[in-house]
Amino acid sequence: MKQVMDYVEMKIPAKPEYVGVIRLTISGIASRMGYTYEEIEDIKIAVSEACTNAVQHAYPENVAGEVIIGFGIYEDKLETMVADSGQSFNFLQTKEELGPYTESSTVDQLTEGGLGLYLIETLMDEVRVLNRSGVTVFMVKYLGEERENHDKATSDRETN
Amino acid sequence: MKVNIEKHEDDKEIYVSVSGEIDAYTAPKLREELLPLTEGKNNVITVNLKDVSYLDSTGLGVFVGMFKQLNKNDGELKLVELSDRLKRLFNITGLSHIMSISDNAEDVGR
Repeated sequence: MKQVMDYVEMKIPAKPEYVGVIRLTISGIASRMGYTYEEIEDIKIAVSEACTNAVQHAYPENVAGEVIIGFGIYEDKLETMVADSGQSFNFLQTKEELGPYTESSTVDQLTEGGLGLYLIETLMDEVRVLNRSGVTVFMVKYLGEERENHDKATSDRETN
Repeated sequence: MKVNIEKHEDDKEIYVSVSGEIDAYTAPKLREELLPLTEGKNNVITVNLKDVSYLDSTGLGVFVGMFKQLNKNDGELKLVELSDRLKRLFNITGLSHIMSISDNAEDVGR
């Protein structure tokens, strides 16, 4: 497996007005990596949906929370994690904890996450969701030809 | 990041032009301005999305809400001048099969 080449992490208040800031950031990162306009727009929506879910569902009203967004920048792909536990995470370790890919529970996820999670799964090449002291959404978009070798919308939900 | 809404109506229809980005932050404002228009009986609302540069599921949710409310009140919702990006979202979510959307302002057929 290729190691992370670069890693960028951001922490935002769990407020909807900051979701647009993450879109600007990921747009910059993806553009620098060489994704096409269409791909960048897809990534923006997927990451935005994950942030929106965290902002809207993670914390009770009037409780200040935080959302962590981690960008793993590889030669051939962009891995993005969105976590609402409020803790910074060890990107590689959290990635390992996400477990193996399976293709189960897509329908369940639809009812739980609604259109947002459905869009994430449709627009990204790999998606995994971890429910453990908060929710972590992990999504991958491959650069160029690479993505053809991977199943669309691989997903898995683990609950501990 | 903001959303702007312009409304005008004649004796037949209500026209709304939306511009800007529709996401979790701006969707509540959009919903607040547009949902009251769907309350009346037989209202026909045309929403022009030409200048919407970004839309996600929260934006789709606003239009689904309008669509359902208008259907209940025997009204009609037409979404016009959708960019390829926006059309793509309505297509992959399956909403394009149930809602009237068009990339052309004149042609509002399905």
